[in-house]
Amino acid sequence: MRKTGLKSLLLAAGLALASTSGNAQEAAPADTAASAATAAAPDAAAANATAPAAAATPAAPALVQPDPEWGQPIPKGIALPEQVSPNGKTALWFHDAILMPIIVVISLFVLALLVWVVVRYRRSAHPVPSKTTHNTFIEVVWTVIPVLILVIIAVPSIGLLSAQYKPAPADALTIKAIGNQWYWTYQYPDNGEFEITANMLKEKDEVQPGTRFRTDLDGPRLLAVDNRIVVPVGRPIRLITTSNDVIHSWALPAAWVKMDAVPGRLNEVTFQIDRPGVYFGQCSELCGARHAYMPIAVEAVSDAQFNQWVLSKGGTLGGPEPSAPAPTEPDAANTLNASAEATPAPADNVAAPAANTTSQAATANPAGAGNVE
Amino acid sequence: MTDTAVPTAHAFDAGHAAHHHDADHKPGFFARWFMSTNHKDIGTLYLIFAIVAGIIGGVISGMMRMELAAPGIQYLEAWSGESGDAALHFWNVLITAHGLIMVFFMVMPAMIGGFGNWFVPIMIGAPDMAFPRMNNISFWLLVPAFALLLGSTFVGGAGTGWTVYAPLSTYGEPGPAVDMAILSLHLAGASSILGAINFITTIFNMRAPGMTIHKMPLFVWSVLVTAFLLLLALPVLAAAITMLLTDRNFGTTFYDPAGGGDPVLYQHLFWFFGHPEVYIMILPGFGIVSQIIATFSRKPVFGYLGMAYAMVAIGVVGFVVWAHHMFTTGMSVNTKMYFTAATMVIAVPTGIKIFSWIATMWGGSLTFKVPMLWAIGFIFMFTVGGVTGVVLANGGVDDIMHDSYYVVAHFHYVLSLGAVFSLFAGFYYWFSKMWGRNYNEFLGQVHFWLFFIGVNVLFFPMHFLGLDSMPRRIPDYTDAHTYYNHIATMGYGIMAISMLVFFVNVFWSLFAGRKAEANPWGEGATTLEWTLSSPPPFHQFETLPVIDDRGHH
Repeated sequence: MRKTGLKSLLLAAGLALASTSGNAQEAAPADTAASAATAAAPDAAAANATAPAAAATPAAPALVQPDPEWGQPIPKGIALPEQVSPNGKTALWFHDAILMPIIVVISLFVLALLVWVVVRYRRSAHPVPSKTTHNTFIEVVWTVIPVLILVIIAVPSIGLLSAQYKPAPADALTIKAIGNQWYWTYQYPDNGEFEITANMLKEKDEVQPGTRFRTDLDGPRLLAVDNRIVVPVGRPIRLITTSNDVIHSWALPAAWVKMDAVPGRLNEVTFQIDRPGVYFGQCSELCGARHAYMPIAVEAVSDAQFNQWVLSKGGTLGGPEPSAPAPTEPDAANTLNASAEATPAPADNVAAPAANTTSQAATANPAGAGNVE
Repeated sequence: MTDTAVPTAHAFDAGHAAHHHDADHKPGFFARWFMSTNHKDIGTLYLIFAIVAGIIGGVISGMMRMELAAPGIQYLEAWSGESGDAALHFWNVLITAHGLIMVFFMVMPAMIGGFGNWFVPIMIGAPDMAFPRMNNISFWLLVPAFALLLGSTFVGGAGTGWTVYAPLSTYGEPGPAVDMAILSLHLAGASSILGAINFITTIFNMRAPGMTIHKMPLFVWSVLVTAFLLLLALPVLAAAITMLLTDRNFGTTFYDPAGGGDPVLYQHLFWFFGHPEVYIMILPGFGIVSQIIATFSRKPVFGYLGMAYAMVAIGVVGFVVWAHHMFTTGMSVNTKMYFTAATMVIAVPTGIKIFSWIATMWGGSLTFKVPMLWAIGFIFMFTVGGVTGVVLANGGVDDIMHDSYYVVAHFHYVLSLGAVFSLFAGFYYWFSKMWGRNYNEFLGQVHFWLFFIGVNVLFFPMHFLGLDSMPRRIPDYTDAHTYYNHIATMGYGIMAISMLVFFVNVFWSLFAGRKAEANPWGEGATTLEWTLSSPPPFHQFETLPVIDDRGHH
């Protein structure tokens, strides 16, 4: 009973803080790294203190501040995103160094030929047309050279495919992403089967007063979710996708991943994220009215922080890293932890293990699971 | 060819003279336009139908560009009269209607029904199509098909995308709208199958004496290949969407995993039709461009046989590459490698066509009338759309681009700047032949340049949006995508203005245009339609023309 009582207390405190956060969020500057550094320490200490008391449900690490240059669309961007996985880097190189130059050169070559014939063979410059209709040599040339170009493309392309389909190693972390109209649920079968539900965060003017809305800490509009999934940096991830209703598609452009979530099927894709940070994607298969509103947000953190997060969700530390929950101070540069900003997170995190799903109740997110408009 | 009339040396001229007494006897208005068996009148009906459908589809794309001009939802609630999810569903109705209308009710009727009907019989020296009454039912099936599709928007609207993927189209969309859209596709498909049978029969059996297969104009070749693609691909679509209907209404589970079915099966069946379909839309355009390039270069087409068999090769290979539309459905690595390689193979015959068009112009004596501008524009824009297709063909690369705006840019470059350019090229090329009056050259040139600038401003930034990870089929986007979406919408505005110029030109020319002579294009125009008056007599070639060895292909 004591455990439940403590949880209720924390939940109530979280709700109270969350409900006041509407005012506080405006006051807090968006990215004050200095205050983050100082504020992070007490919070981490608090997490340490509450963790044993709450019996293996410590507070999660604070939200990592998304970097506008990484892992999300860039304003006026004209290029593929920087890649954070080895296969993504290979694929990006293949696109940027082989495909793009080839298609640009071919297009310019055709354009140059057209300009040349238009100028050289206009009627005023060339009044009498030739009657040439065949030239076997040139016809062989423009058949064989494209074939050679395609072979140059095909060899790395096939190599890329086989690299992408290399099965995940034994120590890979398995995550199951399940598409729903219109939110994602995630399961961590290696870590005690806990489940995360990720709904898009609405804007401040779209939600009831006092409920959680998107802040810059959460991420860009339409991309931010209430509960990010967290993955360890540098560790292979075996992502399994499926769906509860119609076809969705789980996409994470910064890791070169897109895998359809098909009802009745389990699709598998392997990737890893080599750089800490927050990465965003969107559902990429038309799935009904709110297709545009089921984003994907992945936070890549150190193993220690990942373990802390798993424990805070009520998970267990299976897998090859049996390290104790040792929450370290989050990287100050990547973390914004001004107390007002961070309050929604503990509210979520405490509520989460109670229902073994996340915090729709705590956040009262109108876009919540099963919430019918 | 034993069943055709025995030609005489002067048969052609005699036939021409004979038109004036009984050949030009036209039936009354209702009999002529509603019970037509005349390939030219049916072609005209198809063209009018395609223009009407094109206006509707184009207005829908304008609504979409308006909504996408700025982030946030601006107009959907007002347009749909609904709020919340119903307003968002209206967006999906718009994208679905735009796709289906442009594919099934604009490009296909214009290319095959319109120009095919008008000029295939004339180009092969035939008096009409092989099955004139079937020709009429082919057209009139389109009308209820279009009515069903438009009507579906009044009962909720089908918001499934033009691909109608299960299970979004089965248990994901209750109500009659999707059923109506499916029946619409059934009727449009039946119409196309009948048309395809008609064209194949006509081309194989009704060529004038001396018009061998290898002397047929390339436009006829292109329609022949297209007709085979239609005949082989559309029944698969019919089967696929019939199973959708029974899944929706009669409790079958072809595409429902709960009953042992598979949603991905639908995608295989759909794209087994859908990929040939994209060649169905572009091959007649290849044919039109070939005629125009030769005419305005005053030079026969370079590498005629290579051009003809490149189209055959595209048609054949086009049937074995369908799963490149499904690279992210979770197929095995070997399947993905195969479809990557097979898809890239199509670039070879396509390259042959591009280079042969340029070689046709090479050494020619070029004039730049409006049809030629569209044809040259087609060559370059289709090249741009083609090379992005080679990028997308790579299964490993497609993982990041699939269902992004890069794909939208790609297929609009081959369709909106490819197929549509060739449609305008053909429309201007044959304008005087079809209507007996010349279009206005100045307005035509203004139309071309405005349209060219407009669609490039509209679609080129979509490459950037796609590379910057903007998914397709979304009514609202994250703020980082604002800039290029705004530019794209301005491009739509330029394009829309050019269409006003086009319609002013069409109406002005139809009523006040200069009377057209038989052949306005000079010695380069060598196909049979230019030997007839403009417009041609109601029935042409009552005595068959004879194609001599000097021939014209």
